[in-house]
Amino acid sequence: MAFSLVYLDSISSPLSGASLELIAAGRRLGDPVVVSAQPVSDESVAELGAAGVSGVVVPENAGTEAHTNFLTFETQLLAIALSETEASGVVLPNSLNGKEIAARLGVKLNAGVVTDAVDIAEDGTVTKSVLAGAYTTQARVTEGPLIVTLKANSVEYTAPAAAEEPDLLEIPVEDPAPGARVVEVREKAVSGRPDLTAARIVVSGGRGVDGDFTPVEDLADALGAAVGASRAAVDAGWINHDLQVGQTGKTVAPQLYIAAGISGAIQHKAGMQTSRVIVAVNDDPDSPIFEIADLGIVGDLKNVLPQAAAELRKRND
Amino acid sequence: MGSPNPVRVLALVKYVPDAQFDRHIDSAEHRMVRTESILSELDEYAVEAALQLKESSAAGSTVVALTVGPEQAVNAVKKALQMGADEGIHVSDPAIAGSDALATSRVLAAAIEKAGPFDVVITGLSSTDAETSLVPAQLAERLSVPLLSFANSVELEGSTLRITRDSDAVSYVLEADLPAVLSVTDQANEPRYPNFKGIMAAKRKTVETLTLADLGVSADEVGTAGSRTVVVASEERPARVGGNVITDDGEAGLRLAEFILAQKVL
Repeated sequence: MAFSLVYLDSISSPLSGASLELIAAGRRLGDPVVVSAQPVSDESVAELGAAGVSGVVVPENAGTEAHTNFLTFETQLLAIALSETEASGVVLPNSLNGKEIAARLGVKLNAGVVTDAVDIAEDGTVTKSVLAGAYTTQARVTEGPLIVTLKANSVEYTAPAAAEEPDLLEIPVEDPAPGARVVEVREKAVSGRPDLTAARIVVSGGRGVDGDFTPVEDLADALGAAVGASRAAVDAGWINHDLQVGQTGKTVAPQLYIAAGISGAIQHKAGMQTSRVIVAVNDDPDSPIFEIADLGIVGDLKNVLPQAAAELRKRND
Repeated sequence: MGSPNPVRVLALVKYVPDAQFDRHIDSAEHRMVRTESILSELDEYAVEAALQLKESSAAGSTVVALTVGPEQAVNAVKKALQMGADEGIHVSDPAIAGSDALATSRVLAAAIEKAGPFDVVITGLSSTDAETSLVPAQLAERLSVPLLSFANSVELEGSTLRITRDSDAVSYVLEADLPAVLSVTDQANEPRYPNFKGIMAAKRKTVETLTLADLGVSADEVGTAGSRTVVVASEERPARVGGNVITDDGEAGLRLAEFILAQKVL
């Protein structure tokens, strides 16, 4: 069987769910070889082996900041790993960095890139959702390796029957391209709530919260849900842009999406209309969000949400 | 802020199906149906960023709007000219239809090189049709210049371009020396509307039309022949149907709690 490459930004111990999903996707294309620009500990190598990884490739002097160019080093590393292993495909996370590396690799190797994948078949057919969720398409590469960025929570990981004992390969990498320089990296505050794109339940607030996200956050916490927002609420400065759901924010597809005070502009629907169940609370009965909601409540979210949160807490006791 | 020397900025614009209407993929070739098209909303931020770089730099700075697409795609360039771009370039050739990001970036890179020396090439964060976000990085790779992508804010100081970029866990401050490729998000600025004066002035601005032959690109380097990906199937998702709508009688919160519990997602 051919090899596949799985690019991981960083490797935690134990391995993150996101890393395991990427490895699971890689296993469909070949014997997975993990590539990372960060150093990988012996402990992590063993854990990668348990996940079915047959090799680990890192650059010489990994993590020593020998390279300063933003993402061109990672691209070069992957290009070398690909030519050494003759892998049939490369799986990367569908993050901004993952897409940028994938794009560059496509040009370097004259290879096809598919972004936003939600599934990868063993024959290399990639499934994705396009036009704001209106269509599902399947794409393939016409020749050469497949480069694909995989959305989180798309592919299920199951542990392989037998563990591998992967070799750790250190390869020399020079960073040739004139790149962008990193001036500063700021860690973001952690909210304690589930990650928006991974959560089973999302409670989002829009213009109708009128500056106060408390009822939205309160219901979210009663449900162990993530908090989201419409662009109107973000643009008003009521909540951080990271939590924006929609065309220019996050795309979510939870089991349950509760839209509070959100009218349902096409740009917002683009980010949430593939959710399994949608509930809308809005005081305007003509809001387009009601056209796609499984349950619509015409009412004031400041009354409805706290009452629901209190009832849920009561039933939980 | 700005450059003491005149800068030449290229704003890349794309003519895309209007997202306000239902958009379709034809079931035979699995290609986007391109009627009811407009300048991609996200490219307005690229044009605005280009105009702001010009306005903050020395006199003599120019903004060129560049598009690749069929005959009607010139409308995307015209909108950019109305907003304030100085001149336009429209690359149009039947062979280009069906190009993936890899082939599209090949055409754009050739057009950018044909257009002469530049300081900054600016794009939006993605097109609103294919939404891959691949082209900016592919251009940087092809043009061998630095890339500053997904910028939430942009500053030019002399010949150094500096941006902020937000990802999930961290935010970055990145910088690069000109010339560079830059992509901007919808957080970067507030695009101006074309006013009467802009619309009238645009009528006197020129749009140069170029074919693949003008760019020295052969037909087998673009379209399906030059692409490395092909869409093999497309299926329209069934439209969602709205369900029960109730009006709050003072107890809708209780109904909401019951509905949530009935979903068995907790």
